[in-house]
Amino acid sequence: MIDLSEILFYLVAALILFGAAGVVLSRNIVYAAVGLLLTMLGTAGLFILVFAEFLALVQVLIYGGAVVVLILFAIMLTRIDDFRNLTDNGQQLVAGLVSIIVVVTLIASILTTSIEQTLLSGVGIQELGIVLFSDWAIPFEIASLVLLIALIGSVVLVKRGEGGD
Amino acid sequence: MELIHFQLLAAILFSVGLYGVLARRSAVLILMSIELMLNAVNINIIGFASYGNFASSFSSFGQVLIVFVITIAAAELALAIAIILRLYRNRNTVNVDEIDILKG
Repeated sequence: MIDLSEILFYLVAALILFGAAGVVLSRNIVYAAVGLLLTMLGTAGLFILVFAEFLALVQVLIYGGAVVVLILFAIMLTRIDDFRNLTDNGQQLVAGLVSIIVVVTLIASILTTSIEQTLLSGVGIQELGIVLFSDWAIPFEIASLVLLIALIGSVVLVKRGEGGD
Repeated sequence: MELIHFQLLAAILFSVGLYGVLARRSAVLILMSIELMLNAVNINIIGFASYGNFASSFSSFGQVLIVFVITIAAAELALAIAIILRLYRNRNTVNVDEIDILKG
C-alpha cells in the first residue's frame, strides 16, 4: 500500500537526483547552479516530509538563498571565457568507476544491515530550540565564532594587496 | 517511507557528488559538488533522526547536528569562494588542472 507521503518522497527524491545530475553533467555553469538550487529545494521538501520545519526553513534560507547567490557571484567574478561549453578533465572514466564502486559498496552495506526502526518521530521547533540553547549552547556559540572568523578571513583574503599586490 | 529510502537516496547523492569532485575542471563546480556531498550527509542524518529506534533525546540531537553541518558548510563556502577569487586574480584561471605550481 503506497500512501501519499511515499509518493511525495519519490517526487522529492527525483527532484534531488535530477538537480544533482544537472550539477555534475551540465555543460553550462549557470545551469549547474540552477541544478544545485533544485537539489537544495528538494532537500528542504524532504525535511518537511519528516516534520523538521526549522531545518527546511534554514535549508531554503541558507542554501537556496545565500549559497546559490554566492556561487552565482563567484561565477560572475571569475569570468571563464567558455562558461557555456565547459569541458571536464580527462578523468571521467576513473571518476565514474570510483563513484560506482562507492555507491555499490554503500548500497550493499545498507541492504545487508538491518537497523531497528520506529515510526516517524518529529521534533518540533520549540523542542529543538530548547535543546539547542541548553544542551548545545556552547557548541552553538563556538559555531557563531567560526562563522565570524571565516567571514573575516575571506574578506582579508580577497582584499589583501588590492592596489599594488 | 522508511529509513532505507533515506539511506539509499543519500548513498546515490553522495556518489554523484563524488563524481563531480573527481571529474569537473572548474573550481566553482567542484565546490558545488562538495555541497551535494554535504547534502547527502544531511539526508542520512535526518533519516536516522526520524526513524532510528533511539532514545528520544537522539532525535533532536540529529537536527542539532544538521544545524551545525549547515553552519560549517556556509563558513567553508565563504572561505573557498574567497580563495577562488584570489586564485582567479593571480593566475587568471579557475581550472584546477592548470593550477600546478606545487608540482615538482
